[in-house]
Amino acid sequence: MKRLFAILAGLLSVTLATAQDMAPDVLVRSVSNDVLEIVRKDKDIQSGNLRKAVELAEAKVLPHFDFPHMTRLAVAKDWRKATPEQQKILVDEFRTLLVRTYSKAFVEYRNQAINFKPFKMQPGDTDVLVRTVVNPSSPNPVQIDYNLDMTEQGWKVYDIAVGGVSLVTNYRSSFAQEVSAGGIDGLIGSLRAKNKSGDGTVAAKR
Amino acid sequence: MASWAMLLAGQACAQDPRDPIEGFNRAVFAFNEGLDTFLIRPLAQGYDAVLPGPVRTGVGNFYNNIGDLFVSVNSLLQGKPGDAVGDASRFVFNSTFGIAGIFDVASEMGIEKHDEDFGQTLGRWGAGPGPYLVLPVYGPRNVRDAAGLVLDASTDPVGGIDHVPTRNTLTALRLVNQRANLLPADKIIEEAALDKYSYLRDAYLQRRQSLVFDGRPPREPEAE
Repeated sequence: MKRLFAILAGLLSVTLATAQDMAPDVLVRSVSNDVLEIVRKDKDIQSGNLRKAVELAEAKVLPHFDFPHMTRLAVAKDWRKATPEQQKILVDEFRTLLVRTYSKAFVEYRNQAINFKPFKMQPGDTDVLVRTVVNPSSPNPVQIDYNLDMTEQGWKVYDIAVGGVSLVTNYRSSFAQEVSAGGIDGLIGSLRAKNKSGDGTVAAKR
Repeated sequence: MASWAMLLAGQACAQDPRDPIEGFNRAVFAFNEGLDTFLIRPLAQGYDAVLPGPVRTGVGNFYNNIGDLFVSVNSLLQGKPGDAVGDASRFVFNSTFGIAGIFDVASEMGIEKHDEDFGQTLGRWGAGPGPYLVLPVYGPRNVRDAAGLVLDASTDPVGGIDHVPTRNTLTALRLVNQRANLLPADKIIEEAALDKYSYLRDAYLQRRQSLVFDGRPPREPEAE
């Protein structure tokens, strides 16, 4: 019995280790393909079930995102003004906002094909860009680029740019605006209000 | 009411150096939003609901095909003769085999579509973006792209049609079709933005910067 546990534990650590050692382009590719596959089969998500879309994101996508890094980038120069507690709240609220917004995008954009552009990486690189094109052979292809950096838990995505527009740094000026008007707590308040405003109404709209 | 509060807030706090006339821009933005809510979006929604998908794709292709001619000119002006040849051959194939551009046979043949316009050409030649501007109806621009827009419009074949009803119909259809293509993005922007004005402004500025560099703009330094 003990031996069985040892083997299971060994297997578990092996699978975790492979996820951590996975090259960044392979990681983005395997996660994207997994998600597309699931959305393709899941009738609930296709018909706009947002809660299921969020569950999918939580399980498959979000473990590969570095939300503290994203929040730091979005809050930019005001980050140092925040206390560690405020920083923690900012990360949580920003995470909620991004997850809600882009789980919605899952529902809106389904049945897509993804083309992965050739990936170049030097040995020892700790910050890379993985470039993809969604619907490459359509008249309206969309370029989606992922910035990843090497963390203690392996490669993590810290920015996504859609058609050259970063979903993270695009918040910089509205965040700076909030901080200059009401301080860090003002920004936290606006994020909370924004996150509350969508609760329930999201499902009701459909 | 909310927009007035925002207007005041915009003037009270630190100005974004890229947007020196923010108060004016916000007023035009509010006007455009009203126009969109009461006229353009309902038209686009009706259009989207009534026409079957393949017809909408055909309409989009028709305008894209006219556009390819100018994409080709701009590729050439930007010193990308290979792209220019590709764009021109897209126009030739789609105009003929694709029946006046309704079918995008060139994409199926694997000839890549590019996105170029005079604003990007000016950027390529080293013109800076200049201050941010919100134009009535046209929406976000910067000074460089507003100048490009004048050139784009003056060389636009649709604008050159002498028969006024045909010209107006084609212009209106193009607008409604473009708006309909953006309908799925509406909800995402509503969901994402704390302040829609600055969210769209920043997205526009990033997007144009990216297009000038053909999708590989230099990354901004991290302010940490």
